[in-house]
Amino acid sequence: MIPELGHFALILALSLALVLSIFPMIGSLNNTPGWIALARPAALGQFFFIAIAFGCLVSSFLTDDFSVAYVAQNGNTLLPDVYKVSAVWGAHEGSLLLWVFILSGWTVAVSMLARHLPAVVLARVLSVMGMVSIGFLSFLLFTSNPFARVFPVPLQGGDLNPLLQDPGLAIHPPMLYMGYVGMSVAFSFAIAALIGGRLDAAWARWSRPWTTVAWMFLTIGITLGSWWAYNELGWGGWWFWDPVENASFMPWLAATALIHSLAVTEKRGAFKRWTVLLALLAFSLSLLGTFLVRSGVLTSVHAFATDPARGLFILIFLCIVIGGSLSLYAARAPSVSSGGRFDAFSRETLLLGNNLLLVIITAFVLLGTLAPLIYDALGWGKISVGFPWFNRMFVIFTPFLVVLMGMGPLTRWKHQDPGDLARQLRVALLISLGGGILGSLPILHKGSIWAGLAVMLSLWIVCSLAISLRQRLRYRKGLAGLWQDLGTKGSGSYYGMVVAHFGVAVFIIGVTFVMQYNVEKDIRLSPGQSTELAGYTLRFDGVQGRQGPNYHADRGTVHVLKDDREIAVLHPEKRVYTVQTKPMTESGIDVGFTRDIYVSLGEGLGNGDWSMRLYYKPFVRWIWFGGLLIAIGGLLAASDRRYRIAVRDQLSALGNDGLIANGGS
Amino acid sequence: MARYLRYMVPLAIFALLVAFLYRGLSLDPKLVPSPLVGKPIPKFTLTRLDNPAASISDADFRGKVTLLNVWATWCVSCRQEHETLVQLAKTGQVDIYGLNYKDNREDARQWLTRYGNPYVANAFDSDGRVGIDWGVYGAPETFIIDREGIIRHKHIGPLTIEIINDEILPLVAKLKS
Repeated sequence: MIPELGHFALILALSLALVLSIFPMIGSLNNTPGWIALARPAALGQFFFIAIAFGCLVSSFLTDDFSVAYVAQNGNTLLPDVYKVSAVWGAHEGSLLLWVFILSGWTVAVSMLARHLPAVVLARVLSVMGMVSIGFLSFLLFTSNPFARVFPVPLQGGDLNPLLQDPGLAIHPPMLYMGYVGMSVAFSFAIAALIGGRLDAAWARWSRPWTTVAWMFLTIGITLGSWWAYNELGWGGWWFWDPVENASFMPWLAATALIHSLAVTEKRGAFKRWTVLLALLAFSLSLLGTFLVRSGVLTSVHAFATDPARGLFILIFLCIVIGGSLSLYAARAPSVSSGGRFDAFSRETLLLGNNLLLVIITAFVLLGTLAPLIYDALGWGKISVGFPWFNRMFVIFTPFLVVLMGMGPLTRWKHQDPGDLARQLRVALLISLGGGILGSLPILHKGSIWAGLAVMLSLWIVCSLAISLRQRLRYRKGLAGLWQDLGTKGSGSYYGMVVAHFGVAVFIIGVTFVMQYNVEKDIRLSPGQSTELAGYTLRFDGVQGRQGPNYHADRGTVHVLKDDREIAVLHPEKRVYTVQTKPMTESGIDVGFTRDIYVSLGEGLGNGDWSMRLYYKPFVRWIWFGGLLIAIGGLLAASDRRYRIAVRDQLSALGNDGLIANGGS
Repeated sequence: MARYLRYMVPLAIFALLVAFLYRGLSLDPKLVPSPLVGKPIPKFTLTRLDNPAASISDADFRGKVTLLNVWATWCVSCRQEHETLVQLAKTGQVDIYGLNYKDNREDARQWLTRYGNPYVANAFDSDGRVGIDWGVYGAPETFIIDREGIIRHKHIGPLTIEIINDEILPLVAKLKS
């Protein structure tokens, strides 16, 4: 009964998505207020019914209703409740349901929070989001119904993929999808602006906080994914340039370009055509990512269930959404005015440089991801593109990006005197060059050119941020002054930038140090035996059996000693899940600010001996810490007071109107 | 006109991309070759399938022409090619090593007892980590390795008598000479 209810709710949601995408749009074009007013209730109704469907699937999992094929494949009575819920998005059908659930959530959020928008613009934005929703809802209903029944009903479920039974992965997909789908808001604003022919600073201001929030979620999602891979895959890696990872990284790169370009459009009215194109690009890459993951055109270690029929459906959908929006762009862009002028050396040109670099990197990642496919399609044979190619590309482009990152915040809009900037940055240049030389000498570790480069780039970012902060707080003294400054309009954007750029500096150190100074050891140990790893002594104290809720584990005990003093006891595990009988490693990790000690169990060699992999990972935490800072920067920027003030002002002016429109739902 | 054409560029790029993606739907991505062909075999040390106390490593591949066959008991195609491997082993033309991939030691031993053991030795790669270094996409896969320990060829999918006679043995003979 409950699954049928969920299925029916999805059908109703699709009907409301049709209403949402047709009537408000037509109404906005021939100015029919009644039709325009349909947008908000339709968006709310759509959300309501998708939420019901989602709730139904969750309840089917919690009650172990194995008559539902999807639950029978991915659920199990022994699964802990937390993972029963996360099993909802553990495979294809359910993750699509999560996709549309989040999309309808974003739609409602826009309809509630963006009340200050002119009704016509809001109607168009919601309408475009409705169109995207139609595509995904029909994909769900026609090719991947999560509520399909199975007969005879199995007594036990196939269990959730053990790889996904980890807290990090339980929240990783929702975060990532919040980001992917959030890009649809920027996309819809861009389409609405193209339809209305009004690409102006107001448009940029409206879409900016939404884009920043979506970008923040994407950042968190990618960071969590990387952290999960490190904990769970047991080989100490944190990024694999796998097609599925690239699928999330490309929209992130495009969105990073977009939030910088939106700044120029909002402040200076320039780059309009470019900004709108980036907004289309960011969402297109999100959709392309979905296609790559779901269609099976590329192989991936993530190995989700794939199906060519579904691939064809998504491809047609891509053609309509991306092809349609790019055609609209081709038709409308020529008539857009060029906007604010600027000199050859100004903040605008630096941001343009940032944008070009980010787009080039995106193009390279796309090319690397699709190269096997392109080669194959052209009959040139088969290739696979790996680590070295992507890494080399990053080593080439990142330094340029970082140089611009240091200069950007200190450079004026419109016109900047290069000599003046050079004088301001002289100290930063000296410190970072000095640091770079020290970093490449064997002081802390054995020293390397790459470590020196990383130290130099990070110091460059940090020093130029410090100079910029000092200038900003010139007339404000001490902590009280800083506090005062935080309350001003525009401070959110500024401090968000500072924190996010600082995060990049931290990230660069983490990545480079862990790649340069990583120590790795494959070893066989008997109980009581010790081994030495990068100055630490690791003593193996044997392995005991342990019974988990739905798995059996061999649990090792490893004592970590430094100078004969015990600093940690690690318990790496080797689990065999009862149903899917796939061996899984749970690494034992001693987390530290400047280093991780990472132990992963190999296998029993008889007589209590075990083979083991030991890693010393310097500064590896800094990678995720940097990612977190970047996300916090996004949050600060999105919470800038100037957006809220704009909302409140408009609300008090249009308060009654908003209430009426709401009451209608 | 040129003014308008400029804004068609993104659309044109997208059209090209769609053409590739459409073509991609009908291709089999599983047939990806190994970037390792022409490269030395990856370094590894694993336990032997028949004896967890003994180990087998990349050094064992030096000085003779060998085949490395990646297999597992859960793999249906491996069962299909197994008889062919047994026949090949009987001819004595080449040493066959096995990489038992993401498998259970006991099951794998029983399999060899039941269906015959064509392998000189088997490396036991229970969590598939060495398989990753070798670029294994799925079992079965077969590598041909020369005297210097350089991978010369990779075959993906089950071996048949035809493939052995037309591809494997001629290459082995060439490498031996």
